Amino acid sequence: MEGLAFYALCYLAAAVLAVIVSQRIGLGSVVGYIAAGVLIGPVFQISVAGSGYLEQFSEFGIIMMLFLIGLEIDPQMVWRLRDKLLGLGGLQVVATIAAVTAAGIGLSFSWQQSLLFGFVAALSSTAIVLQTLEEKGLLRSDGGQASFAVLLFQDLAVIPMLACIPLIAGSGHGASSGHGGAAVLADLPGWISAILTLAAVGVIVAAAHFLSRPVFRTIALLGLREVFTAAALLVVVGITVLMSAVGLSPALGAFLGGVVLANSEFKHELQNDIEPFKGLLLGLFFMTIGAKIDPAILLANWLTVAAATLGLIAIKALVLLPLAWFFRVRGPAGWLFTLGLAQAGEFGFVLLTIGEDRELLSSTTVSVSVLIITFSMVLTPLLFALSNRIVVMLEIRGPQHRDADQPEEGTVILAGVGRFGQIINRMLLADGYKPVVLDYRADVVDNVRKFGVKSFFGDAGRPDLLESAGLAHATLLIVAIDDPDRATEIVAYARRSNPGIQIIARAYDRLHHYKLADAGANHIVREMFDGSVQAAGMALESLGMHPYEVQKRKTVFVEQDTAGLSRMAGLVDVDTPAANNPDFVAGFNDIGKVIENAMMGYRSGYEEMVARGWNAPDASSIHVPRSVEPDRPS
Amino acid sequence: MRILVLFAHPAQRKSSINTAMAARARAVDGVTFVDLYAEYPRFSIDVDREQRRLIEHDVIVFQFPVFWYSTPALLKQWQDLVLEYGFAYGPQGKKLAGKLTLACITTGGSRSDYAEDGGNRRVVEHFLYPLEQTAILCGMEYLPPFVLYSANHLDDAGAQHHIQSYPRLLTALREERLDLSSVRLMPTFGSFDLTDLVRD
Ligand SMILES: Cc1cc2nc3c(=O)[nH]c(=O)nc-3n(C[C@H](O)[C@H](O)[C@H](O)COP(=O)(O)O)c2cc1C
Repeated sequence: MEGLAFYALCYLAAAVLAVIVSQRIGLGSVVGYIAAGVLIGPVFQISVAGSGYLEQFSEFGIIMMLFLIGLEIDPQMVWRLRDKLLGLGGLQVVATIAAVTAAGIGLSFSWQQSLLFGFVAALSSTAIVLQTLEEKGLLRSDGGQASFAVLLFQDLAVIPMLACIPLIAGSGHGASSGHGGAAVLADLPGWISAILTLAAVGVIVAAAHFLSRPVFRTIALLGLREVFTAAALLVVVGITVLMSAVGLSPALGAFLGGVVLANSEFKHELQNDIEPFKGLLLGLFFMTIGAKIDPAILLANWLTVAAATLGLIAIKALVLLPLAWFFRVRGPAGWLFTLGLAQAGEFGFVLLTIGEDRELLSSTTVSVSVLIITFSMVLTPLLFALSNRIVVMLEIRGPQHRDADQPEEGTVILAGVGRFGQIINRMLLADGYKPVVLDYRADVVDNVRKFGVKSFFGDAGRPDLLESAGLAHATLLIVAIDDPDRATEIVAYARRSNPGIQIIARAYDRLHHYKLADAGANHIVREMFDGSVQAAGMALESLGMHPYEVQKRKTVFVEQDTAGLSRMAGLVDVDTPAANNPDFVAGFNDIGKVIENAMMGYRSGYEEMVARGWNAPDASSIHVPRSVEPDRPS
Repeated sequence: MRILVLFAHPAQRKSSINTAMAARARAVDGVTFVDLYAEYPRFSIDVDREQRRLIEHDVIVFQFPVFWYSTPALLKQWQDLVLEYGFAYGPQGKKLAGKLTLACITTGGSRSDYAEDGGNRRVVEHFLYPLEQTAILCGMEYLPPFVLYSANHLDDAGAQHHIQSYPRLLTALREERLDLSSVRLMPTFGSFDLTDLVRD
């Protein structure tokens, strides 16, 4: 017990520390976990001593991730992305495998080994890329969507790859994928195991489809939350055991299970239950990868590792770039796509482990390969930064590289037609104004175009685009995009370029409100504020307050809060976080003072403001002048 | 008769009389009770629905406290929006013709304030002249108002008497037990007149 607790302490402490540091310097959590592994690896000898146990455990992280990816597969989205998924994804995988296999043979590896390298190289890191895109708010941009499609295809391609390795390895020994399950089929010839494999897959699909619903429904009716969690884990572990028994990748089985359950009404509950386990176990997985980085091997092979890492990234990028161009993912989106996907991924580790088990690769080769994958992953944030730089450079070089549309001029420019901009657009249209709309999502632009709106594809943050939309002559610019920094830049640029223009901007929060005001916006709307006030009003009404009373209270609240916002403006220094700004903190007691006080229980001020008006007169105090002749007309 | 009560009071938390009256009226069977400030807290009146309601009833009761010698703002808004040309008046209008209207009001001023030689220099019904003429223009009959004076300075018994009388008045109207011919002869009437006016 003591040993286990100590172990857990080290793991959790290292994970928490390293992830915090890594997030802070902008490298993302994956790099943090790997670094934590590197740190605790040599100390606790994870790679040497009882690592097998820990590793098996951690591979559940991968299994759960695939299960969750399976659950996420939304038929509509897949259908919308079908060209990119099959065309772009398929060609990317095939071309990368071909290029890397050729390179491997050229470097005098056997064809089987080279092919395995090709598999490894063809896959990018779903975990890192999706998370980074999400963090940067780029997941729904064209480049982000293309990346998602390709990652999805790669995740699917893992499945035949996993099935392929036993075939190319011939009748190798050892448990597949190292889960320690009884590999019943390990000694059978390749083709028999392939058939049995399919049968096992059939079992999983059938069981997930027919058995899971009645079982989950029964458990849900019990109303015991933890039993449901246990059942969710049981699904994943059950699949793992079954797949290991027939010598197939549990990850594949879990993915299939996920896809089958994607339409189930229990989808969200399953997701919520598995998600935290996945996160932690995936972290553990990355840490075991880090722990495997043997400094000795790294020192002995650092040149190989460095050269191969750069070579890998170069090959992947050289395959991705022309494909992206061919599939009309061009300009900024193309660069994001190309550099974002240029690393190898976590499934590479899995494939390599199986390759080692099947005696296709020596353990040194595997270690070096793991280092290469790891470094390519560590470099991902830099690659994202690089793609950003390239885009900026392209912009500076001038308009001849524009792939976005050439907007027409208008008097109202609406930047961004997402959930926020859409409403503005609809209302303007309903009232007879036709704004010029800019958005970086092509499908949205097409959609808006159907209503006869001049809508143009392109990043509204690009000065040239704003200019050709008629910024110089426009009377009104509405910045409705959801990226706060970008929004501030646009406002600042527009104000400089056309000092007379009216600017309405969407603010993320209070602080962003001040930044926008500084940048020169005339009117600022906090994106959540009005909706939240509505909900609060409904809450009061639901609690039995008279609707008109609620209306008065909402009005006072909004007025006070808004007044507080402008009172605070002088105290805000947008570059210091609010919590670190003593003036701001001190002044916070002043902001909407009445409301804050009311919240603390001193309701008198607030009540007075709400209650002002319609006070019945005290009759004795009314002195109606009786004698005075009133001045009446005529 | 089908009775519609349109109640307007913007500060019901502070009301001592009207809210209690409203609660009683709401409980009377066969009376459609509408709290205008509850239904339209943002003053966005659903005109179609209000017109439908008017058509579906025979007696329109306006219940409100007198604020600055007039109706509360939302009731004025209601008149402006609901009594449309072509619906309530005009050659094709007159959809309300023949209906009865009755104002049930409370005033801060006393009965003696509302007199030629009182502080308000007019009797209370004079101040309701716009409402009266509005009803007449729409072809409706305007009954003398049901008034509670000194609404802020009542003793408990007086207040209770009025609060109890209000639902009695509405029930009598519904069951056509209110002696309308006598009511028509009075300038205004109050809760103490009901004993004579309501037939059993
Ligand atoms: C804004 C306001 C204006 C008022 N104006 C008058 C008035 O012009 N004449 C009058 O007699 N009473 C006036 N009053 C007194 C109200 O009519 C009286 O408070 C009300 O009828 C009491 O009913 P309640 O307790 O249901 O609110 C006024 C009261 C308020 C709050």
